[in-house]
Amino acid sequence: MKSYFSAIFGRSPIRPLQRHMEKVMECARELVPLFEAVGAQEFTRVEELQTRVSRLEDEADDLKKELRLQLPNTLFLPVDRRDLLELLRTQDMIANRAKDIAGVIRGRRMVIPDQLLPLFKDYVGRNVDAVEQALRTVKEMDDLVETGFRGNEVERVQALLKELDRLEKETDHMQVELRATLRGLESELPPVDVMFLYKIIEWTGDLADHAERVGSRLQIMLAR
Amino acid sequence: MDYGTTYLVLAGVFGLFMAWGIGANDVANAMATSVGARVLTIKRAVLIAAVFEFAGAVLAGGEVTSTIRNGIVDVELFNHEPTLLVLGMLASLVAAGTWLLVASRMGWPVSTTHSIIGAIIGFAIAAVGWSAVHWGDVVTIAASWVISPVLAGSVAYLIFRSVQALILDRSDPFKEARRYVPVYMFLTGFMIALITLTKGLKHLGLDISGTGNILIALLTGAAVAAIGIFFIRRIPYDPDADRDFHYTNVERVFGVLMVFTACAMAFAHGSNDVANAVGPVAAVVSVVQSGGTVGQQSTLPSWVLLLGAAGIVFGLLMLGRHVIATVGKNITQLTPSRGFACELSAATTVVGASALGLPVSTTHTLVGAVLGVGLARGLAALNLGVVRSIFMSWIVTLPAGGVLSIVVFWILSAIFL
Repeated sequence: MKSYFSAIFGRSPIRPLQRHMEKVMECARELVPLFEAVGAQEFTRVEELQTRVSRLEDEADDLKKELRLQLPNTLFLPVDRRDLLELLRTQDMIANRAKDIAGVIRGRRMVIPDQLLPLFKDYVGRNVDAVEQALRTVKEMDDLVETGFRGNEVERVQALLKELDRLEKETDHMQVELRATLRGLESELPPVDVMFLYKIIEWTGDLADHAERVGSRLQIMLAR
Repeated sequence: MDYGTTYLVLAGVFGLFMAWGIGANDVANAMATSVGARVLTIKRAVLIAAVFEFAGAVLAGGEVTSTIRNGIVDVELFNHEPTLLVLGMLASLVAAGTWLLVASRMGWPVSTTHSIIGAIIGFAIAAVGWSAVHWGDVVTIAASWVISPVLAGSVAYLIFRSVQALILDRSDPFKEARRYVPVYMFLTGFMIALITLTKGLKHLGLDISGTGNILIALLTGAAVAAIGIFFIRRIPYDPDADRDFHYTNVERVFGVLMVFTACAMAFAHGSNDVANAVGPVAAVVSVVQSGGTVGQQSTLPSWVLLLGAAGIVFGLLMLGRHVIATVGKNITQLTPSRGFACELSAATTVVGASALGLPVSTTHTLVGAVLGVGLARGLAALNLGVVRSIFMSWIVTLPAGGVLSIVVFWILSAIFL
C-alpha cells in the first residue's frame, strides 16, 4: 500500500551535496603529499598519489551525476534549483583541477626547483585550506535549512565565508610572490619546464578561486 | 416498514466496516508525522490515536455527521418513499468503501470525505433527480476542500515564521525554545478545547455558556502547558549532540510539543472523519426508528458516534499500526519544529471545519500545512507532483463515487424493492 502523503516529501539534496564536497576535499587534500613527493623526487609515490587523485575525482563525478538525477523540475526546494546545480558544478571543478594538476605533474615527471619548493608547498597547502573552508560552509547547509535560511545561522555562515575570502586573497599574494621568484630562475631552467611551472601555479590557484566561488554561490542562496 | 431490522443491521455493518477502513488507513497520515519525526514510537502513536480519535469522534463528530446525514440531500423529498433514502445511504457506504479500497491499492490521493459525498450525491440524483441535492451546501463543502488546505498552509507558514523569529534564528535557540514552546502548547490546548466546546458538545446535551467555554479552554491550555513545562524541564542540554548539527537539543524540546499536537491531530481527525462512516448510518437509523418517516428534527443517537469511534479504533489496532510504520518511515524530513507547525495548523483547521459541520479531508489539509512550512523555506525538498495528483483526485473522486453509488443503489433496489 502506497501513501501519497509521504510521497510529498522528496529526497533532500543537501546531504548528497555535502557528500560530494567531502569527496572533492578528499581529492584536493591528496595534493599536499603529492607535492611532498615531488619535492623528495619520489616518482613511484607521485604515481601512486596521482592514481588516487584521479580515482577520487571519478568518485566525485559519480556523486555529481547521481545528485543531478534526483533533482527533477517538480521538486520544491528552499533554494533556487539552478543555484544548487551551479554550486554542485563549482564544487566539481575543484576536483577536476586537482586531477589536472596531478596529471601534468606525473605525465611530465615534474621537478620543482629547490628555491621554489618551500613557498610552493605553502601555496598548495593554503589553497587546500581554502577548499576545506568551502567544505565547512557547505556543511552548514543542513543548519541553514533548519533555520529556514535566516537569523543567527546566516551570520555564522557569513563569518565562515569571510574567512574563505581571506584565504583566497592570501593565495593570490602567494601566487604573485611565487611567479616573481620563478621569473628570477627562468634563465637557469629549461623553457618548457618553466612554462609548465607557470601552468601548475595557475591551476593550483584555481583551487582557491573555485572554493571562493562555492562560497559566492552559497551567499546567493542566502540572499534569496 | 419492511426489512427495518435488516436495514439497521446492514447500516451498522457497512458503517462499522467504513470506520474500520478509516482507522486502518486514514489515521496513519495523521499520526505518521509524529512517528517520522521520532517523537512517538509506533506503540505510543497507536495509543494516542486510539484515545484521541475516539474522543474526537464522540465529543466533536456530531456536526459533520449531521451534514452528511441530511445536509447534502433534501431528505424531505424522500417522504413518499423513505426506503429509497435508506437504500441510497447503504449504497453510498458500499460505493465509497469500494472506491477507497481501489484507490488506496493504487496509491491515489483519494479522500474518504470526497468519496462518501460523491456517493451520496450520486444516489440522490439517481433516486429522485438533480433537485434532491442541496447544491448550495455542496458548493460550500467543495469550497471548504480548497479552503482548508490553503488555510492550514497559511497558518503553518505563520506558525513556522514565528518559530524562526522567536527561537531558531536567535543566538541561544535552546534557551528560547524552553521559554516559548510552552506558549505553543497552551495554544494547542486552548484552540482545540475552545472550538470543541463552542460547537461540538451540544450533541452530548451539554450546553455551557460562552464565557464558561473560554474559561474552560483557557484552563485546558494552561494544563497542557504545565504538563509540557514539566517534561521540558527534564530535557538535559547535551553539548555533544550539537557538534555536527547545531539544533539537536532544540528539536528535543519541540519533540515534547509534538506529542501534544499529535493528540490534537488525532482528535481533529476523529471529529471530522467519523462522520464519513456514521453519517449515512445515522440517516438510516433515523428513518427506521421513526417507523418509516423522514424526520429532519430527530436527534443523533450517541451510540452511532460510539459505533464509528469503536470502528476507527478497531481498524487502527488491527492494521493501522503497520500503515503508520510504513508511512512514518518516509517522513523523516519533518523534524519536530516543522512537524508540530503542520500538525497544529492542520488540527485547528480540521477541528474548526468539524465545528462548522464541514466535511474536509484531513490528509489534504495536512498536505497544505506541509507546503506552508515549505514556503517558509523550512523543508529541504517537496514533491510538487503530489499536489497535481491531489487536484486530479478532486476532479475524479466525486464522479467516481457517484457512479459507483448509482450502480450499487440499483442493485440494492432490485433486491429490496
